[in-house]
Amino acid sequence: MGLGDLWRFRELLFFLAWRDIKVRYKQTVLGVAWAVVQPVLATIVFAVFFGKLGGLERHTDLPYVVFVYAGMLAWGFFAEAVSQASQSLIASANLLTKVYFPRLVVPAAAVGGLIVDFAISLVVMGCLMAGYGVAPPPAAIAIPLLILATVAAAMGAGALLAALAVAYRDFRYIVPFLLQIWMFASPVAYPLALVPEPWRIAYSLNPMAGIIDGFRGCLLGEPLHGACVAVSACSSVIFLIVGAACFRRLERHFADIV
Amino acid sequence: MTLPAIRIDRLGKQYRLGERAAAYRTLRETIMDVLTAPWRRLARLSGTSKEAATIWALKDVSLEIQSGEVVGVIGRNGAGKSTLLKILARITDPTEGLAEIRGRVGSLLEVGTGFHPELTGRENIFLSGAILGMRAAETRRKFDEIVAFAEMEPFLDTPVKHYSSGMYTRLAFAVAAHLDPEILLVDEVLAVGDAAFQKKCLGKMGEVVHSGRTILFVSHNMGAVRRLCPRTIWLHAGRVRAFGETEHVVADYLRDTEPSESLDAVRTRLRSLPADPVFRFEDVRVAQHGRETLFVGNGDPVEVEIAYELREAIRGFRVYFDLYDELENLLFRAFHDEDCDAPMALSPGRYRSRATIPARLLAPRDYRLVVRATIHNVRECLPADGIALALSVQPTGPLNRAYPHEPIRGKLQPAIAWETLRVI
Repeated sequence: MGLGDLWRFRELLFFLAWRDIKVRYKQTVLGVAWAVVQPVLATIVFAVFFGKLGGLERHTDLPYVVFVYAGMLAWGFFAEAVSQASQSLIASANLLTKVYFPRLVVPAAAVGGLIVDFAISLVVMGCLMAGYGVAPPPAAIAIPLLILATVAAAMGAGALLAALAVAYRDFRYIVPFLLQIWMFASPVAYPLALVPEPWRIAYSLNPMAGIIDGFRGCLLGEPLHGACVAVSACSSVIFLIVGAACFRRLERHFADIV
Repeated sequence: MTLPAIRIDRLGKQYRLGERAAAYRTLRETIMDVLTAPWRRLARLSGTSKEAATIWALKDVSLEIQSGEVVGVIGRNGAGKSTLLKILARITDPTEGLAEIRGRVGSLLEVGTGFHPELTGRENIFLSGAILGMRAAETRRKFDEIVAFAEMEPFLDTPVKHYSSGMYTRLAFAVAAHLDPEILLVDEVLAVGDAAFQKKCLGKMGEVVHSGRTILFVSHNMGAVRRLCPRTIWLHAGRVRAFGETEHVVADYLRDTEPSESLDAVRTRLRSLPADPVFRFEDVRVAQHGRETLFVGNGDPVEVEIAYELREAIRGFRVYFDLYDELENLLFRAFHDEDCDAPMALSPGRYRSRATIPARLLAPRDYRLVVRATIHNVRECLPADGIALALSVQPTGPLNRAYPHEPIRGKLQPAIAWETLRVI
């Protein structure tokens, strides 16, 4: 299905991801700060509008800023990864028409290149938790698994969108819009518990629903919805498989139409 | 008996033509297509619809290349050379037929593939190596050799965006030249760099040739093909026109590509050319002082007039001509809409585009002038080879009257304004 190819071409994957990271930090004035500023600003905006004005802060015992940032941590990585991956094939058109390698390497490298940003936001999370005096529960050891699930979901969605963006050039205008809606369909600003009980399982078919809930549970000790997390984890694996399979079907034509 | 390194059987590659071509579509178009499909079916039944035109970039190509053979691939623009290499390199899939390849393939279709301007020379060596299929350990082992070949030790830690184009090409070629796959596909890389570096590249190619690898070498440089390849494939309009000993194939090829010597011959040829679905050359005329001739003087302007018919409104449609010297080097290309700020949209109809080559630009020598048409970013129009004319230029300019017997000094002889003052 192409995932084995990724392993065989892991060095290329690594070099492309490394190039993305290097170039991103070389070209921007803010450099590393960029990875911090974006989620922090979004968190402040959320805290003011949804937390205070919207009254969502009533639904958690934690400081709302910490609560939202934990959601933003996972969502920010996912959204950025999907959007970068969806543009990645068009951006490397010159490679696709000149060299052979498994095409899946391109969106995978785009996702991989964001791992550093994610690590930086994790550090910020740590600082926030220390500042507000929130200690992580023992469940924190499960975080790598949640990260893996996030990567899988982002890879699946990113690969599918990347392939569609090559075939249909106006797709790139759809992706930001799609991500915006997706964010509100994920428990970033509000807790998953706010979704009525009978709908929760269906709601968790969105992989980010259970993943964000999982991050909150493992990092902050919020009540975990185990069934939801399990459904979302399965859903992210399905995303990955379906995304990669669709990508394989479409990739034969990339060099001719990109 | 050993199996051939490359076996190609009735290979074909089809591209869609037409204004929208095989190029990408938008989702909006697809939705519109679905909505209008019933109407189109009706139109097809009543015979009023046009099916999308297609073109075979390659058709019925069958070849066997033995392991260790070095084979040249020649042919005019659009003959299918690059398509053949792309299929062998697995970059694109054939529409029909079969290509069997035994061994690790390395392709060198463009110098500097995967270079990133923001990264330093050192970083780009590793990146480009990985893209071309070298393991990191392999690149590290050959690193010093690559740097020495490119002669750029002091600039290794400078971002390549600060390199001159010569340095850039040298580094890019150096990385590529140190690949060692069992089968190497090379496209036109020697057309780069200064003369000294080109010589070095040819030398390196010669070394590679003698290392027992299977090589397919696409080039317009007949000298290089003669020197490097014992056997040569001549592709013409997507088919194999000849495959055999280089000397014979190249000689036949050169004889065939000789441009028409008279405008009457051009007009005869025009009638027999393959027709493009949306466009047709009607006439090509070269004149000086209003008199039709291919025998012109460089002291006065030369007029090139192209008459053509456009059957559909096409955005980005352009007619142009290329001027080549006798070694097939392109001296310049001139488009009919060169002075426009935005793409010119021509409505269907018959047109006449006239270009004036200024006085005192051409040197007194023989040129090849090729008239072509293209749809920008979509495709070249048929005939893919364009219409070639032999243009013979005589010295009639005021240049160089003091030393009339000096040999021709360059490909062009433009009027340069000089002023000489005594300063002391």
